[in-house]
Amino acid sequence: MPSVPMPQDTTVVRFEDVSLHYDETPALDHLSFSMKAGQTCVILGAAGSGKTMLLKCTVGLAKPDTGHVFLFGRDVTAWTENQMFDIRSKVGILFQEGGLFDSLTVAENVAYPLENQRAAAGHPMPSPDEIMQRVRDSLRFVELEHTLEKFPSELSGGMRRRVGIARATVTAPPLVLYDSPTAGLDPITANTIINLIIKERDLRNTAAIMVTHRFLDGHLMANFRYNPNNGNVELHAKGQGEDSAVSTKFLVMKEGRLVFEGPEHELLASPDPYVQKFCRAGTS
Amino acid sequence: MLDFLKKPIETFQDFLFLSGRAFRNIFRSPHYADDILLQMDAIGVGSLFIVLLIGFFSGVVMSLQMSRALATYGAQGKIGEIVSITLVRELGPVLTAVLVAGRNASGIASELGSMKVTEQIDAMRALGTDPIQKLVTPRLIATAIVLPLLTIIADFIGLIGGGFIASTMMDIPFSQYWNSAWRTLEYNDLVQGLVKPFLFAIVIALVGCFYGITTSGGTQGVGRATTKAVVVASVWIFVITSLLDPLFVNLK
Repeated sequence: MPSVPMPQDTTVVRFEDVSLHYDETPALDHLSFSMKAGQTCVILGAAGSGKTMLLKCTVGLAKPDTGHVFLFGRDVTAWTENQMFDIRSKVGILFQEGGLFDSLTVAENVAYPLENQRAAAGHPMPSPDEIMQRVRDSLRFVELEHTLEKFPSELSGGMRRRVGIARATVTAPPLVLYDSPTAGLDPITANTIINLIIKERDLRNTAAIMVTHRFLDGHLMANFRYNPNNGNVELHAKGQGEDSAVSTKFLVMKEGRLVFEGPEHELLASPDPYVQKFCRAGTS
Repeated sequence: MLDFLKKPIETFQDFLFLSGRAFRNIFRSPHYADDILLQMDAIGVGSLFIVLLIGFFSGVVMSLQMSRALATYGAQGKIGEIVSITLVRELGPVLTAVLVAGRNASGIASELGSMKVTEQIDAMRALGTDPIQKLVTPRLIATAIVLPLLTIIADFIGLIGGGFIASTMMDIPFSQYWNSAWRTLEYNDLVQGLVKPFLFAIVIALVGCFYGITTSGGTQGVGRATTKAVVVASVWIFVITSLLDPLFVNLK
């Protein structure tokens, strides 16, 4: 299996008729979608609609019962855990509550993928100095450079989420998955997190899948861009289509099924009451 | 018809899969020596004090109870033999193992269970580490090394405890007690006294890890996993010792 460098328009993630049962209830029900490099995918859905399971399937943390999952153009459905390690190093994940190791310091947490992913994939380890430098860079990005020696339990919920983002992006992966990055946070902290995600996406031009139940998160992802000139996240003027590659797609899930797929204006115009519920909840 | 058997059999099968992978990882890199040492410290050094306490008092109690029975036959001189055989063959290994099961199978299950419900296990897999290699195998190795050592210590302290009672309350000189206790022990007793804790250790570590790593259902799930781990590990300790005993008793 040789790894092929990817042009900009390749498909990063593709689900083909994926079903997954958790005990007796279906967590994913004949789900199909695809997303391209540099694209942003916002997945909306109520609790228990299978959003998290979709992310887990993407990186092989859960295996589908039927169907196929393609990651970077390769069918990873039947890959063993050891085969997955290599490809997982190209994917960053922010877990729902941050998923930080609470026995390790912030610096050790962020260094973890650098120290383990490459080793697992059989690459030589980067030097300790190089690791430290990248950990600092990554933590500076989320403005938490002063917390290097702290433990996750000493941080607030929002800070833990930011450390999670630093850990997910420290290897500069071309695809980052965000599992409910704003769940349980106050609106101001939530917006800080979304701004960071937008900044990360636009600076490194990464593809992003974001699972959320807040329509506002998706709205921000779709319409705001990071401006490297003044360092702010700004409303993206429509019609300046020069970066049309950064397109945002919305998916709405209900009980493991995909009930909507399309851009924001179609989402807002959708007659489906379930879909409408998310738009209203977000805009009101 | 046999549907009620399905779940326990499935659980047992999952347990065997986990055990298989944990054992296979012993011979595979990467090895996490730091984690093994850390666990040996937590399980071994951490349990040392309570093992000393329990060991000493089991010797004392054994001696006290036996003194009356032996007095009926005027055979108090045999106290050393009795204490030493029961302690080394059975009580030392089983009591230490039950103690460590209560202390560490629960600790392991709750630690891994909390990691599981806060998605740290998934994070580990996503970030390029096999959780079995990083979490289960070090605990298995550490317990398998440390429990036989703890048992030896418990046996030794137990013999001293028995001797203390013999010399203070039964007028048997300590040297005589120690001599008879020491001379009674045969190769068979020692092997059995060391094989048992080794097997118990494997059960304690794997059962603790299994219930920890399969935890579901939030904080409540962690509580359930911890309880199950202690109960199942303790029951298996007694089952194993009852299965082994006929084997060793007949070995001469």
